[in-house]
Amino acid sequence: MATIYVDDRPCRVDPQQNLLHVCLSLGFNLPYFCWHPALGSVGACRQCAVKLFRDAHDRRGKLVMACMTPVADGARISLADPDALAFRAGIIEGMMHNHPHDCPVCDEGGECHLQDMTVMTGHDYRRYSFPKRTFRNQYLGPLVNHEMNRCIQCYRCVRFYREYAGGRDFNVFGIRNLVYFGRYQDGVLENEFAGNLDEVCPTGVFTDATHKRHYTRKWDLQFAPSICIHCGVGCNLSPGERYGLLRRIVNRYHQDLNSYFLCDRGRYGYEFVNSESRLRQARLGIAAGKWQSLAAQPAAAWLGKLLAAGDVIGIGSPRASLEANYALRLAVGPRRFFAGVSDVELRLLRLAADLLRRQPAPTLREMESADAVLVLGEDVTNTAPRMALSLRQAVRQQPLAELEPLKIPVWLDHAAREAAQERRGPFYIATPAATRLDDIAAETWHAAPGELARLGFAVARVLDESAPAVADLPPPVQALAGRIAAALSSARRPLVVSGLACRSAALLEASANIALALRRSRQDHARLAIAVPEANSLGLALLDPRPLSEAAGAEALIVLENDLYRRASASWVDELLAGERRLIALDCLEHPTTRRASLVLPAAAWSEDEGTFVNYEGRAQRYFAACPPPGEIQSSWRWLRDAMREAGREAAAGWQSLDDLLAGLARDLPALAPVLNAAPPADFRMAGARIPRQPHRYSGRTAILANLDVSEPPPPPDPDSPLAYSMEGNPDQPPAALLPFAWAPGWNSYQAWNKFQEEIYGPLRGGNPGVLLLAPEPRPAGDFFRNVPPPLAGRDGEWLLLPLYHIFGSEMLSRYAPAIRQLSPAPYLALSAADAGSLGLHAGENVALWLDGRAITLSLKIRPDLPPGCAGVPAGLEALPALELPAWSRIERGHG
Amino acid sequence: MFGIVRTIWDVFRHGFQPRVTRQYPEQPAYLPPRWRGRIILSRDPDGGERCVACYLCAIVCPVDCIALQATEDAAGRRYPEFFRINFSRCIFCGYCEDACPTYAIQLTPDFEMSEFRRQNLVYEKEDLLISGPGKYPGYNFWRVAGVKIGGKDKGESENEAPPADLRQLLP
Ligand code: SF4
Ligand code: SF4
Ligand code: SF4
Ligand code: SF4
Ligand code: FES
Repeated sequence: MATIYVDDRPCRVDPQQNLLHVCLSLGFNLPYFCWHPALGSVGACRQCAVKLFRDAHDRRGKLVMACMTPVADGARISLADPDALAFRAGIIEGMMHNHPHDCPVCDEGGECHLQDMTVMTGHDYRRYSFPKRTFRNQYLGPLVNHEMNRCIQCYRCVRFYREYAGGRDFNVFGIRNLVYFGRYQDGVLENEFAGNLDEVCPTGVFTDATHKRHYTRKWDLQFAPSICIHCGVGCNLSPGERYGLLRRIVNRYHQDLNSYFLCDRGRYGYEFVNSESRLRQARLGIAAGKWQSLAAQPAAAWLGKLLAAGDVIGIGSPRASLEANYALRLAVGPRRFFAGVSDVELRLLRLAADLLRRQPAPTLREMESADAVLVLGEDVTNTAPRMALSLRQAVRQQPLAELEPLKIPVWLDHAAREAAQERRGPFYIATPAATRLDDIAAETWHAAPGELARLGFAVARVLDESAPAVADLPPPVQALAGRIAAALSSARRPLVVSGLACRSAALLEASANIALALRRSRQDHARLAIAVPEANSLGLALLDPRPLSEAAGAEALIVLENDLYRRASASWVDELLAGERRLIALDCLEHPTTRRASLVLPAAAWSEDEGTFVNYEGRAQRYFAACPPPGEIQSSWRWLRDAMREAGREAAAGWQSLDDLLAGLARDLPALAPVLNAAPPADFRMAGARIPRQPHRYSGRTAILANLDVSEPPPPPDPDSPLAYSMEGNPDQPPAALLPFAWAPGWNSYQAWNKFQEEIYGPLRGGNPGVLLLAPEPRPAGDFFRNVPPPLAGRDGEWLLLPLYHIFGSEMLSRYAPAIRQLSPAPYLALSAADAGSLGLHAGENVALWLDGRAITLSLKIRPDLPPGCAGVPAGLEALPALELPAWSRIERGHG
Repeated sequence: MFGIVRTIWDVFRHGFQPRVTRQYPEQPAYLPPRWRGRIILSRDPDGGERCVACYLCAIVCPVDCIALQATEDAAGRRYPEFFRINFSRCIFCGYCEDACPTYAIQLTPDFEMSEFRRQNLVYEKEDLLISGPGKYPGYNFWRVAGVKIGGKDKGESENEAPPADLRQLLP
């Protein structure tokens, strides 16, 4: 620790950092624009000027940019010096010369860093009277809106987009005072993290285009602390609601996970909650395609009667909360509780959980600091998107380490990047097809999943003689394995990333072998990350469900928040539901399964519900409702409780709140008891008060519902959390798991997170939210897996059909959001050029794909990156029936 | 004793003073234009709706009696989809008028808005919108703002240079 004097006050600070970072960490209000906690300093905006004095006697001092000046022990600086104040006000005034008179119609207004900094410096009157510069805007796609007049040339956007997120289709153009930030020409931004421009840009140049369609100011949104439902990474976010509509998603800082950035699926997928396809009323099927609506009580009684009769099975869901799954498990009994995922997926999830018990998974922050990476089999950008953004930072680690002799601090971003030039750390990608990270990879290799696993086993073997050998490995692959092993073994923090995308146990085992081999050679910081498909995939697996294929034979079947037609072949599901069997579907959206149900119970969408998700690390994180579910809709667990009450089940009948359920869960399954600590219980109070979900300047309280009734109703009660649907409550900083949004006096923008962290870019005060459920067991890390798959034997006239994942389209819920749907691909079949040529097929032609004796007609797409003998179809598209992939299939010329 | 006689005399004398009671409503009272009475939404000089749905009046209102929702026409002009004032809560403080960046919301010298039912004091946009600019005849926010709307392209606002040509390289 170093000591510096800020306006003659001694302060203990981090000597590795710059003055701006430490001043903000100390809680001072120092204006800035171009510096960003995760992007570092470039000194472009000159807004953070402070006075630096030579010694205690120096009264004149000199102006320096705080963000560019390293901390020196004993340094004396002044923020309040009149010269510094005047300089900072002058800089803002200069930026305002060309700034349009837009605040009232600017979507950034009320959460604008430029507004905040202008107020902070005291600039309040325009003296410049010459014409303002103007620009034309660009169409950047359905997610991001562009209003270029508002730019202050801080360069944050281009640094984030190109340097941090690796996008190529966005840049800065023009010269002198006419620099322009955008694309070469109009078009959809290609990068999967483009939505972060909304929060990275300190002005209203880039704003959320989906939010614009139902625009609400930040101060008018009712927020909740929540967890993303669109993949298994578990990013923290804040959904904001107004007038019963979910309006937008903003990032909620979590040091170990998303930090300041979300992926576009997480940010824009939310609109499924407002979809036309929402189920709003319980209904009973009376004849094929005929429904009769039902009030809540008789609906629960109907289900209760079935439960009382006894012959009921339940199918859980990887996108329903741990609590809802547990309630179903209790309702039907553990032996009648089945996984709502395919058998292969369940087996892999169990394997992933076992591996987590051997060794904890790396956090995203740890992945960023890995200095050698092997991605085995997973298209991370499309299956666990936010993880890919972290992996992208890992290639910088080795070049940054080489900078140490040059004495260039990591935060001095431009200098560090200049010094590193194009050098990148070792990053190897072995996947079935090209991925969006290939541009940073030292080497990529595309092969069928079994071959990839063999490569993985071979790498482990090179690292450790006692690992199983791989027979008949072609010499080039053996050589590749050697290079990967050399890179991993010479790294300080090697990382292996795999996942469930290929549905291959061999891949996971191979990855685990590599991690084990590394640790055996005393690389204690070696890590293994396994991407899981959905928000609560691991949570479902931890409830120990039986495999889906064994679900059969019962009188009635309860399906929890799940579309079975995505999980198994249509013929199998049809058979399961055939005959007199009753199907009870609980979900928020209409889909093929709810259409077949005898009874549909409308479940709360995740933004209206409270529960726990378990992410890829085994971290249990609680999410809370941004608004209560409307009308007859209620949480799945409440429907199940009501039914159990009707059936006279004592254990669940008394559940009044989520805490009652959680207490039951902890008693029933002691291994999961730590979930109780994922967030404070509902009776938690701060100085006797609840935590407000609304900003203290939430407007319209006495007018919102006045058209219905002029007497205001009391705010809805919330028995499940210590949060209130109100602006009233304790204004202090709550525990991080309960923090609905970031706001601090003078800091209306998302830069306010500075005020909630122990140190800038460090942990939130009170600790990072979430608890790890799968603590590694103290015994040695296990043994090598020995099942090396044989080489792939091609089949004559058949292709190995692989799933190709799409960030927009492969996930079910986000596809109900119009903007995401617009970006989803149309169904296609992909073949390599050579394979298409051998069939005499051309791009765009219709081809018939034969699977299980049925033909599907798809349009052909040529993907040069596909390995020979392999074909690909987009995973998870509703137009394609649930295919258990990889699988062998025949391909023919189609009709029409 | 004297006090009592004096008081009786004063009362008697008042019987012959001129009357000051104004015969309202037959004789209307003069209220200055700055009087803070019934709130209206005005139009700009071109006849367009002035309110740009910025929510500033709503946030400043101390009794939170304004609620609205922003929307946009196809050409990008923003306006309120609905605009509601609950006059049974309004304290006629005039903060909303102060906050309004477009002169859209104005308080008028009219206080005659009593109702027998409180519900009737909830005014919607149709009840609030008048056909003229009210107290501020000249101002048109859209002529000053930088965004493009129907009939006004980039660079056509007051004091704006034409849109930059990014392909020219002159220093
Ligand atoms: S960017 Fe900020 S300062 Fe500029 S118009 Fe928008 S809200 Fe106002
Ligand atoms: S567009 Fe935004 S982030 Fe980019 S330079 Fe301009 S103000 Fe900065
Ligand atoms: S006059 Fe005052 S109380 Fe009435 S609407 Fe305006 S701000 Fe609210
Ligand atoms: S402050 Fe003026 S422009 Fe803004 S919403 Fe209110 S009335 Fe409309
Ligand atoms: S923040 Fe220091 S120069 Fe921009």
